[in-house]
Amino acid sequence: MKRVYPDKEYCIGCHLCEVACITAHSKSKDVIIAFREEQGKDGLTACKKVFEKGDICVAISCRHCDEPSCVAACISGGLHKDPETGRTVYDREKCVGCWSCLMACPYGAIKRHPTENKIVKCDLCEGREQGPACVAACPNQALKYEER
Amino acid sequence: MLFQPINKNYHEFCIERDPELCINCKVCVRQCSYEAHYWDEARQKVMHDNAKCIGCHRCEALCPTAALNIVKKRSDFRTNSLWRPVFLQNIYKQADTGGVLLAGMGSPVDIPVYWDSMLLDASQVTNPSIDPLREPMELKTFLGAKPRKLEFRTDKESGKTSLKTKLTPQLELDVPVMFAAMSFGAINFNLHRAMARAATECGTYYNTGEGGLHKSLYKYGQHTIVQVASGRFGVHRDYLRAGAGIEIKVGQGAKPGIGGHLPGEKINDKVSETRMVPIGSDAISPAPHHDIYSIEDLLQLIYALKEASEYKAPVSVKIAAVHNVAAIASGIARAGADIITVDGMRGGTGAAPAMIRDNVGIPIELALAQVDQRLRDEGIRNNVSIVAAGGIRCSADVIKAIALGADAVYIGTATLIAVGCTLCGRCYTGKCPWGIATNDPKLSKRQNPDIAAKKMSNLIHAWGHEIEEMLGGMGLNSIESLRGNRDKLRGIGLSDIELDILGIKHAGR
Amino acid sequence: MKYVIIGNGIASIGAIEGIRKVATENEILVIGAEDAPAYGRPLISYLLAGKIGPDRLALRPQEFYDKSNVSLMLGTKVTSIDAKAKTVTTDKGDSVEFENLLIATGGIPFTPPIPGSDGSDVYNFTNLAHAHTLISKAKEIKRAVVIGGGLIGLKAGESLFDRGVDVTILELSPRILSLAFDENAAALAGSRLAEVGLNVRCGVSAKEIQRDYDGNLKGVHLTDGDFLQCDVVVIAIGVVPNYNLAKEAGIAVDRGIKVDDHMRTSAASVFAAGDVAQAKDLLFGDDRVIPIWTNAYNQGFCAGKNMTGEDVPFTGSLAMNSISFYGLPTISVGTVNPPEDDETYDTAVSLDEKKKSYRKLVFHNDRIVGYVLVGDIDMAGMYTAFVKFQMAVPEDARKQILAGEPDVLMWPDEFFKKTWNPGVVEPD
Repeated sequence: MKRVYPDKEYCIGCHLCEVACITAHSKSKDVIIAFREEQGKDGLTACKKVFEKGDICVAISCRHCDEPSCVAACISGGLHKDPETGRTVYDREKCVGCWSCLMACPYGAIKRHPTENKIVKCDLCEGREQGPACVAACPNQALKYEER
Repeated sequence: MLFQPINKNYHEFCIERDPELCINCKVCVRQCSYEAHYWDEARQKVMHDNAKCIGCHRCEALCPTAALNIVKKRSDFRTNSLWRPVFLQNIYKQADTGGVLLAGMGSPVDIPVYWDSMLLDASQVTNPSIDPLREPMELKTFLGAKPRKLEFRTDKESGKTSLKTKLTPQLELDVPVMFAAMSFGAINFNLHRAMARAATECGTYYNTGEGGLHKSLYKYGQHTIVQVASGRFGVHRDYLRAGAGIEIKVGQGAKPGIGGHLPGEKINDKVSETRMVPIGSDAISPAPHHDIYSIEDLLQLIYALKEASEYKAPVSVKIAAVHNVAAIASGIARAGADIITVDGMRGGTGAAPAMIRDNVGIPIELALAQVDQRLRDEGIRNNVSIVAAGGIRCSADVIKAIALGADAVYIGTATLIAVGCTLCGRCYTGKCPWGIATNDPKLSKRQNPDIAAKKMSNLIHAWGHEIEEMLGGMGLNSIESLRGNRDKLRGIGLSDIELDILGIKHAGR
Repeated sequence: MKYVIIGNGIASIGAIEGIRKVATENEILVIGAEDAPAYGRPLISYLLAGKIGPDRLALRPQEFYDKSNVSLMLGTKVTSIDAKAKTVTTDKGDSVEFENLLIATGGIPFTPPIPGSDGSDVYNFTNLAHAHTLISKAKEIKRAVVIGGGLIGLKAGESLFDRGVDVTILELSPRILSLAFDENAAALAGSRLAEVGLNVRCGVSAKEIQRDYDGNLKGVHLTDGDFLQCDVVVIAIGVVPNYNLAKEAGIAVDRGIKVDDHMRTSAASVFAAGDVAQAKDLLFGDDRVIPIWTNAYNQGFCAGKNMTGEDVPFTGSLAMNSISFYGLPTISVGTVNPPEDDETYDTAVSLDEKKKSYRKLVFHNDRIVGYVLVGDIDMAGMYTAFVKFQMAVPEDARKQILAGEPDVLMWPDEFFKKTWNPGVVEPD
């Protein structure tokens, strides 16, 4: 399956991937409304996190592991593998906000939603025709969406 | 401004941020290497300091909502044809610092651009034009000494004919455009990787510049011209053998008469290793080669290099276009060079004293025409190939250069523009926000060699197609037929003496 | 039947997913004692608290079993295993032959011998049936006493409290969650519970459950002499591995069913996984029973793969708990209370009582072997990486880690590349 692979050699730490992620997951799909209103009011959060250390930076999001620790930890079955697409799917309705997945994922891919007892996790921009928004937004091709 | 010296007020650019569009995402704060944008903790928004803006447009390019506009500062001096604003600003700076004004990239001065005053011919009726999409069009160019005549021998037994005349080594180009000498140190390593890859992909060459050649790029040696400059940075036996051609840099168009200058801030591990200089110390090349004080010395060096490369690589000599460039070129041709590179005053640089960059040298168009004519007059034009450089901006400039007598051209500034350069001219600070003229690891990663190589490659291919179109339009199907073919050019709005120097007629004649 | 699984919990689900990763042929039979599709056991406290309805209990959608070619025998107990003949017998009288068997019978509540515990109104809280009982009871009662201040006890107490019952929790150790927490974390959690009005008494336990002459529950006598009046007692001291089936079949047991690092028991073709198994511990290397949800899944998954004939060693169990106390989140992973006199262990602590924020990192030599977070739990995953992958903490990163900012750029370069950007060959 295709995944988003980050390259820390060419990440320039601009955070445009986070901006694109927030926009893609907003209701309005408008970057200005997403930032000014949906972020504060609805707790809209990016699924990506940019880590920086000195000159090096990299943008991290869910790896959609073949054998995910989060699925193993989930007490409600909200996180499970989709056998067809191979993605690690998050069912928001089933989630009870226990944070076990956040604790178990050693890749830092899971965040707490700022206002609700739910998590925020990359869904590879399911439903977005052009594929993951972060990959399209990266100005330096530091994120690649491909099969390896 | 509060707590700032008075001259800070005379900055060139202003940042305009549209409050309707700004989402405080801080991308501009992160991207500006001059720290013109900053996050104001107290006001909880992004603010900017216009005095720090140098007009590179990086923030404008990356802003996700296009909220930024970089404009010239509207606070004007009174119009004065003599005391143009730049002169005032320079004096303010020097009065404060007592230092030499530095400049980056080519000279922007307002003297005639002869490319724009020359027009090309096209074929009609009597001499039909050629359709480059349907007919073969030859752009292949060989750089090197050409023999006066060819002698053949026929093998008595097999009846096969073979060439008797020994040919000197040649560089084979699929298109008459090469990437100019820009040293590793002046620009970052990722761009050298990109140029090496693009040159290989396009069937042309790139020049290492005076910064040496890093071992990991030896594998592109067949498409590399290694440069030996006055500082002899990075010059050793393997270096000379690694390239397909060797170039002795005697001068550079942007700063004729002085040597290269790489500020200590721009020297890191890799630069230090490749140039063979200590980290952090300025790498300044001396003005002359201290072993070339006469044309005979140059001949000695040329032949020393030919020996060292076992006569397998053509040796080029790069000179700046100065007043008696034709005579110098003649001397160089007789000294045994295979190629002469003439670099005009508009050539780019990473760092040069502004006074020298803007006031020394002559335009390449005039220099090229004179060098070509002189060598023809002396009957030695065949002994060398001429490569023109110094502000070639488009494929039309390439065609005109070839018509004036060049075998090929070098593009430096154009190559950097292809990968994002906006000619802000602050290369000497080492803070290039496009990641071009810097070795700061944080900034140099902004040039991804994959992307850069593709862009450079695209540029060469695009120009190649345009050259084919223009050649076809003129009824020529081979670039050789255009070389030195002054009759294909006409001048417009030029004086008699200019037309004479260029060796072309005025349009209408 | 190629694959037979006794037990319908998370280890069972893990085993199904493990088997199906490798082999899509051959039916799997799951025999479950409870008459319900596999449900998230920790969800029973949410159910009791009224936070979720019964429609959210199922761990996987119904299509899961059909798509995975799994047949279910629910509401059926296995009464015996014949390891030699390779058959299991159920309480319905069926005898099922197996090629590969997984025992995933989980744990059963540990009931200590407290006088008066036999009789009505004394409950456990480990399965759905218990939850339903307590839900209906909660409507009628005023006060409850929960014996046990561990995970189950606290959750039972909280849930009843949310249903409007006055609750007192008794914990024998000086602090709640004595294994998962240290004093500081326990104090923060305890003070949050006190704020809300839930009573927790540490250092005491139940001496006797008092009943009247008719056997009705009156209250609990405590070891410190106090008497607590209550209508219901919930015994939640812990669970023990439900290994009787294995023991009676002659399979080697210790504290749990002993398994090797491929989840195999002492009997050929018989595997064990989950709360019932005693398997390799990631940090200590020796075998322990670590009855944690994630471990049950991972063990089941590993067992499943090995059952198909693959050779998949088990990486090891890791203790990990994520518990929220009325909005105060806590996370505890690995070794939280290192032996005091052992110099190879080092701890780093950061406590802010006002913000109710706590961070404790336990180092063994130069590796993180455990941590506790209270309040600011967002970086938990990054700490887990250090524990799980046993990465050495680089000297220049130590300061940042102690400040609560571990990040992925601290990983060794090769490991980072392999994990995040594999298969990229640098051309130059």
